[in-house]
Amino acid sequence: MRALVIDDSRAMRAILRKILRGIGVDVTEAEHGRAALDVLRGATTFELALIDWNMPEMDGLQVVKAIRADRRLDAMRIMMVTTETEMGQVVRAVEAGASEYLMKPFNAAAVVEKLAILGLLETE
Amino acid sequence: MSVSPESFAHVCALVRRRSAIVLESGKEYLVDARLGPVAKDAGFASIDDLVAHVRRIEAGREHEELARSIVEAMTTTETSFFRDVHPFSILETKVLPELVQARARRRALRIWCAAASTGQEPFSVAMLLCEHFPQLASWDVRIFATDINRAVLDRARSGVFRQLEINRGLPVRMLVKYFDRRGLDWQIKPEIRRMVSFQELNLLERWPLFGRQDVVLMRNVLIYFDVPTKKQILGRVREVMAEDGVLFLGGTETTMNLEDSLVGERLAGPGVLFRAKGAAGRPGETKTG
Repeated sequence: MRALVIDDSRAMRAILRKILRGIGVDVTEAEHGRAALDVLRGATTFELALIDWNMPEMDGLQVVKAIRADRRLDAMRIMMVTTETEMGQVVRAVEAGASEYLMKPFNAAAVVEKLAILGLLETE
Repeated sequence: MSVSPESFAHVCALVRRRSAIVLESGKEYLVDARLGPVAKDAGFASIDDLVAHVRRIEAGREHEELARSIVEAMTTTETSFFRDVHPFSILETKVLPELVQARARRRALRIWCAAASTGQEPFSVAMLLCEHFPQLASWDVRIFATDINRAVLDRARSGVFRQLEINRGLPVRMLVKYFDRRGLDWQIKPEIRRMVSFQELNLLERWPLFGRQDVVLMRNVLIYFDVPTKKQILGRVREVMAEDGVLFLGGTETTMNLEDSLVGERLAGPGVLFRAKGAAGRPGETKTG
C-alpha cells in the first residue's frame, strides 16, 4: 500500500512516516497542498492521503475538495489528521469527501485502527 | 515506588483470591505502575506501606475498600471502539441477521459484554444495532455490560470519552451521528446510552443476568485466569447462553480442551465464534428466556 502524507510540519510527517512504514506502508511526503496535488496527478497511484488541515497557501479542506473533484482519484481514501476537533469541522471535512478523521495528538494504535476501518489493513 | 517480594506475593494472592487474575513473577513492574497511584491516593508513602496496612487491619470496611482498590487497579482496562474490527463484522453480517430471523416471533435479544471496561465494546454493539438493524428499535433489546472494576463502570455509564479514546477505532461517520461534543470530551448520545445497562459483576461470583444470552462477548478476559478458572467460567457461560447463542472470545482465546460443549466455528474471514455443540450454524427459536 502507498500513502501520501501532506503536512507542513516536518516533525508530524516524520511521526506518520515512522508509524506507517512500521506496518509496511510505502510513504511519500508533501509539505503543502499544491505539491501534494502535483504528486497525486503524477504516475504513482496512492491508496491513501493523510491530510493536515491548517497549512499555508492551500488548506487541507481545499486539498480534499480538489482531490474529490478529480475523478481519477475517486478510489483513494482520504484521512484528515488535524488539531481541528470541533464537530462542525469534522462534518465539513466529511461532507467535502474525507473518508476518515484523526485528531492530533494520536498514537500509533489509532492510526492502525483507522487504516483497518478504511479496509486498508487486515486485523487478526 | 518499588514493591518488595513479600508485598508482591501478598498482592498476587489477594488479586487471585478475589478475581482469579494470575499475576506471575516478573509482573512486579505492573504492580509498581498500578498500585503506586492507589497507595498515594490513600495517603501511604509506598506500596509496601499500603499492603502492610491492608494485612494489619485484616477485615472491616476500610480493609474491604483498600483490598478492592488493589484488585481493581490490577485489572486491565485496555479497550477501543470496534476493537479488532472482525468480531463486529461477524455480528453484522452473520450472527445478528441469523438471530433477527430466529427471534422474529419473540422479538427479544439479549447481549452480554462480560468485561465492558469503559464502555467502548457495548456502545459499539449498540451503534452497530442502530446502524444496521433499525427494525430492532421496536424489539426488547438489552445489552448488559458488566465489569469487576467500579471506576471504569462509572466512566462507562457517563458515556463521556476523551479525544484519545474517540481516536481509537471509531469510524468518523459514527462519531458524527452518535456523539456530541462536551467541552474537550465527547459524549455518546442518550439513545445509545439507554440501550446499555452497566452493572458490577465479578466472574467468580453470582452472575445477575436476566434471561438467556443470545450473544456473549467475553474477549480478552480468560487470558488472565488459570485453567481451572477458565473451565469453570466457560461452563457457566454455556449455562447462560441460549441454545443457539454465540460466544466471542479474544483472538488468542479458545474453548478447546476447556469446555467441550462450546465449539469453535471457523469463518471465511478472520475470527472465530463459538456455539453450543449441535447448534453450530443452525439457529432456531429457543424455548427459554
